[in-house]
Amino acid sequence: MHAIGSPEFWIQQLINALGLGSQYALMAVGLAMVFAVMRLINFAHGTVMMWSAYIGLLLLQRGLPFPLVAAGAILGAATLGALMERIAYRPIRGAPDVTLLLNSFAVAVFLENLAVLLFSPRSRPFPMPALLTQVLHPWGDLFLPSIHLWAFGGALLALGGLAFFVTRTRVGLAMRAAAENPTAAQLMGIEVGKVTLLAFVIGSAMAGLAVLFWVAHIGTIQPGMGFEPVLKAFVACVIGGFGTIPGAVLGGYLLGALEILLQGILPSVVVGYRDALVYAVLILLLLVRPGGVLGYGEAERV
Amino acid sequence: MDGPAVLELREVEAAYGAIRALHGLSLSVRPGEVVALLGPNGAGKTTTLRVISGLLRPTRGQILYKDQEITGRSPAAIARMGIIHCPEGRHVFKNLTVWENLLLGAYRLRDRAQERQSLEWVFGLFPILKERLNQRAGLLSGGQQQMLAIARALMAKPEILLLDEPSLGLAPRVVEEVFEALAQLKAQGLTMLIVEQNAEKALGLADRAYVLEAGRLVLADQTARLREDPQLVRIYLGR
Amino acid sequence: MGKQSGSEMKILPGRRVEIWLGRSLGGLLLLGLYLLIERGGNAYLQRLTILFLINVMLVVSLNLFTGFTGVFSLGHIGFMALGAYASAILTMPVAMKAVNLPNLPLPLASIALPFLPALLLGGLTTMIIALLIGIPILRLSGHFVAVATLGFLIITRVVLINAEGFTRGTRTFTGVPPYTTLGWTALWALFNVYVAWRLKHSTLGLQLLAARDDPWGARGVGVAIGRVRLIAFGISAFFTGVAGGLWAHFLTAFSPNAFYFSKTFEIIVMMIVGGMGSVTGSVLGTLLVMSVTELLRNLEPGVAVGSFTLGPLYGLSQIGLAVLLILLTAFRRQGLLGDREFRLEATIERLGDWVRKARFSIKAPSAREADPLINELISKLSKR
Repeated sequence: MHAIGSPEFWIQQLINALGLGSQYALMAVGLAMVFAVMRLINFAHGTVMMWSAYIGLLLLQRGLPFPLVAAGAILGAATLGALMERIAYRPIRGAPDVTLLLNSFAVAVFLENLAVLLFSPRSRPFPMPALLTQVLHPWGDLFLPSIHLWAFGGALLALGGLAFFVTRTRVGLAMRAAAENPTAAQLMGIEVGKVTLLAFVIGSAMAGLAVLFWVAHIGTIQPGMGFEPVLKAFVACVIGGFGTIPGAVLGGYLLGALEILLQGILPSVVVGYRDALVYAVLILLLLVRPGGVLGYGEAERV
Repeated sequence: MDGPAVLELREVEAAYGAIRALHGLSLSVRPGEVVALLGPNGAGKTTTLRVISGLLRPTRGQILYKDQEITGRSPAAIARMGIIHCPEGRHVFKNLTVWENLLLGAYRLRDRAQERQSLEWVFGLFPILKERLNQRAGLLSGGQQQMLAIARALMAKPEILLLDEPSLGLAPRVVEEVFEALAQLKAQGLTMLIVEQNAEKALGLADRAYVLEAGRLVLADQTARLREDPQLVRIYLGR
Repeated sequence: MGKQSGSEMKILPGRRVEIWLGRSLGGLLLLGLYLLIERGGNAYLQRLTILFLINVMLVVSLNLFTGFTGVFSLGHIGFMALGAYASAILTMPVAMKAVNLPNLPLPLASIALPFLPALLLGGLTTMIIALLIGIPILRLSGHFVAVATLGFLIITRVVLINAEGFTRGTRTFTGVPPYTTLGWTALWALFNVYVAWRLKHSTLGLQLLAARDDPWGARGVGVAIGRVRLIAFGISAFFTGVAGGLWAHFLTAFSPNAFYFSKTFEIIVMMIVGGMGSVTGSVLGTLLVMSVTELLRNLEPGVAVGSFTLGPLYGLSQIGLAVLLILLTAFRRQGLLGDREFRLEATIERLGDWVRKARFSIKAPSAREADPLINELISKLSKR
């Protein structure tokens, strides 16, 4: 393709990185919000994405036009997030971190295998409209998969909206307060339970949006597909600073960039080890700068 | 300073797990009054406030607010009724700005206009906050954080203000400033229930005082009379 | 529970008898059970028991680290994989290696070791790797260690998939000689449980538990938390690696997918059910969970309800595990035994007390419960 180091190469990498990074950022934000309000690492975040993909597929099979399918998938994700908060997590609020973690594993396994039970473990194709999957050639021989544009645009809108919500609305401010100090927030009349629910709903909706782009990439859906996204989201959060929204966004883009870069410059002999390298970088980061790149993330030392 | 009680506790008992913190506590606060809650460490003063604001559910007894029972209600609901608890240790939102902290204080108000009124009131009492509006609350000094905490509580236009250890960890000069502001609030007619280790300052401000020891009420009187009381001296200086 | 503290109680003759009785009874029971299964001829039961014993090793070893230190290791199945592949590569006959693993480096390609040395080498390799990664990782705290160990699990998987010369990548690794027998697994499982038990009741064990419950306090009395945790991590990895080797030589064919998240989840649930920090709890937990999952797995092809079949119900056993864990975290975080141990002698004591109480109807003052000597005296007096 392009010679490594040529300007076309770098532009190509940038495009790919922005596209991938946007997906990761959208996925990571949900995880960060939930951790901020509940100190819970929600491993079931991935299964929410998986279920929203299945809901989308069901709607598609009923013949609905794609914009409605997308809206339905996002709404489905949001609803599932709300249900999860109510049923699985609210009863154990305040439990030690390890308990919360284990519980979220269990919920993830439950939701994944429920899909296996209902939909069978085989993968199903998810046809996407050509508008999303076409590849543009704006100039030279650059490949611009339009999905990257959509992902970037979608992320800009969604994350921009979230930023506005969190910094300029009463409820958004209440959410930040509840994340920092739930007791003090309650004393101001803030219903921490409602705010937590809202965090789950918004975070899941963002993930629902992200999964549309993810599915456009991989073309099929299967019950185990949520595992990889939640890991990526998790890594993104840690890189940027665990538990903070800006950290999640930055981490998402940094992770996307790192993956694309490694994919591009690693010799073919070792390119298969790309994911292992990413995790090794993660572990190194945890050792050296547990607060993440921005430094504001969770960083307990024992 | 008369009339039916705004806040009343009847035979309230509370515990932390197996440890009983309050035994059959009864007290009341009338509108416009400033009542002090005194006693040595561990006497149950903070527990009393936490029971009132709903952070701790009493095991027995009743809490009445304007003759309505509020025992067992959620802290957020109680705050929205106008009982505002300014907790021990200030608990300002360190990562948020002074402005955001104040805005959060006004959360229970539904009205922009009321919010503005509260702000003016608060800036009048603590002008330093107006200067540091956009600073992160965590960067303020201890005294300024205490003022912010009180201001934040005032933003809600409380019917009754519960203050827990406003002088804790503050230099004497700062304590003076804080209590001056509290005296102004008293003059404006704000009903307050203050928990304080610094008995002298508290008695200087309050109309009445209750003294707790090991979760029980041992003295209750007008502050003028309490100042002379030898039992009070003994409680504070040990046996 | 003064019954557990050894020294003063052993002086009383009644107590010593009960301990002795408990231990020998327990040993006899286990031996009887083993012989029953081995001679019984039921191949299904034998296979199940071998799997059970391997799982016991995995759970007890995980508990040896996670339960005693409070630090969650999500990467332990990576150790199982390492032990499995390492020992399998070592035992595979040379001719088979030439066919299956043509790109294996020469020193490995030309040897084929017997079972025990291969298992030991597999375990040792795993232990060394564990110690190496443990040094940096164990310094992290709380959920960050969990994350880092999860990273290890994933890295291991990626390496296994890519190191095709050693592992055949994603293709099934076949040709492993079927060396695992009930006898081997029983011996190793017994050894593992014994080591875990001794460790728990040793100074090292006390230090670990102290560091778990109060890290700063433990440091204050001179416990070298980092070193102590690393030792537990290493021992735990060794046995996990051996268990992996036993497993490899039992199934004789496997792929990296076996060593990923669902196995990790299974083992964690077994550990939580039994109680984090309890050795006997791990055994009981494994038994309980395996029974439930076997039952559910048998229902997966379909359940006959009246005149039609409900199914196939894929994923039912995993759902069962998940529900079990959710219920446990909500209602009984300590599992069956918490961090206490099931002692046969304690049960016998309680039975003895119960029998004595049933023999006469005088209201028992509580002091009597504590001293069986007085019990015996009173019962002798009441007989007159």
